[in-house]
Amino acid sequence: MNGAQQTVIYEQAMDLRFLDEIYRIPGGEKIKDCIQCGTCSGSCPVSWAMEETPRQVFAMIRAGMRDKVLDSLTIWTCASCYQCAHRCPQEIKITDIMYMLKRMAIRENRQRSKKANALSRIFVELVNKNGRNHETTLMVRFMLAANPFGAVSAAPIGLSLYTHGRLPLFGRKVRDVQGLRKIVAKAQELGGE
Amino acid sequence: MRYAYYPGCSLEATGRPYEKSVSAVADALGMELLELEDWNCCGATAYMSVNEILSFCLSARNLCQALKTGDTLVTPCSACYTNLRKTESYMSEFPEMKKKVDEALAEAGLRYDGGVVTKHFLQAVMEDAGVDRIVSRIKRPLTGLRVAPYYGCQIARPYGIEDDSDNPTMLDRLLTLIGATPTYYPMKTVCCGGSLMGTREDVALRLCRNLLMCAEQYDAQCIAVTCPLCQLNLDAYQNAINKAYGTRFNLPVVYFTQLMGIAFGMDWKGVGLRECIVPAKAMAEQFA
Ligand code: SF4
Ligand code: SF4
Repeated sequence: MNGAQQTVIYEQAMDLRFLDEIYRIPGGEKIKDCIQCGTCSGSCPVSWAMEETPRQVFAMIRAGMRDKVLDSLTIWTCASCYQCAHRCPQEIKITDIMYMLKRMAIRENRQRSKKANALSRIFVELVNKNGRNHETTLMVRFMLAANPFGAVSAAPIGLSLYTHGRLPLFGRKVRDVQGLRKIVAKAQELGGE
Repeated sequence: MRYAYYPGCSLEATGRPYEKSVSAVADALGMELLELEDWNCCGATAYMSVNEILSFCLSARNLCQALKTGDTLVTPCSACYTNLRKTESYMSEFPEMKKKVDEALAEAGLRYDGGVVTKHFLQAVMEDAGVDRIVSRIKRPLTGLRVAPYYGCQIARPYGIEDDSDNPTMLDRLLTLIGATPTYYPMKTVCCGGSLMGTREDVALRLCRNLLMCAEQYDAQCIAVTCPLCQLNLDAYQNAINKAYGTRFNLPVVYFTQLMGIAFGMDWKGVGLRECIVPAKAMAEQFA
């Protein structure tokens, strides 16, 4: 493939509104200050397991490569450790942009990481229902949803936690669940970015 | 010293030994912990991946509850701590966002305009209880015990404790106070993988392998942690790490509060050390 053809394919894949979407989160407009220094990628403890490094992701966002970014395993590899954001010389809220990309991918029902989707969904369901996360329920439901066969390998860990008194069968709930649900409903209606 | 106390969801389950030792140590130091009335989950990292406003609302509701008890909120969980502090900072820095949070909270008749100081329990111990009081409670100094001080990522970052973010020393100083020897631990603020243990196990196992390896290379006899998720990953998965990498780690991973408890002369079971998956009994009984 020659250079000219590559350019054509590349331009068709561009979504120039992508950057605007990132601007919507608090402090998001700072992404335009990225100087591509690579400090984030160099600091990230998991960049070796990503498809594109954080620095590459920011270049891709600015180039409008929306699908490629939102379907990248990179966003599901971010552990939200804030190391990149702490070191970025331009004070870009990298971790929060990663969160934003996760939210966009979930909202658009992109299924690149079924496990991450399942974990978020089950967690949010539990908290919306009870106001608290009951870890035992979360673990069991997540194992069954994400990987029914993997559950067998994770079972010994769950069992040893249980026998050590660290996975109680019953959880506590928020008393004012009604009030909490009203807050949840309103926040959802306001459409948090 | 009165605090609104926010244990968070983990401390009711996998982090139970943390809860036990925090209460015991707080009692010994005369710190009164009043559990936050009707608290809710902080949303951890999962919520932020689904709805940002909602995630801030969850922490803001807890901050409202804290105001009913006092003005200092203390939590032993590093993830809860980060979420509370981040919410506080966003609500004052971004008025647009605060407006939405206000609107949602109003549905339950609540409003938060600041006024709460959130501290990690480590910070409360070091800053409020203070050196003299800690030293005065020591019955069995942990002389000779080499401990890797592991801070984890959250408390050393933008919304973290007031300490050097790249090389925090608060935990090192505490360990020294109770007679232990903090080892050099260059990975003290490197992430353990957090919830990746559920979604990308291969990645999290490797991060934890590296953390254990580093502790072992500096001859640590145990790792001291400040976060229930770090403890879970390094302790409950240590066997899985050994299987995956052919290693033979056998390093107890204990909460700093458990070490304080032993130094204060408490029974090792009373501070939840029996609940460690990697046995911590032998280590604890040296000081019995
Ligand atoms: S560290 Fe900041 S400025 Fe440097 S490449 Fe990463 S995002 Fe851009
Ligand atoms: S927050 Fe995510 S992208 Fe940034 S350093 Fe941590 S894991 Fe890497």
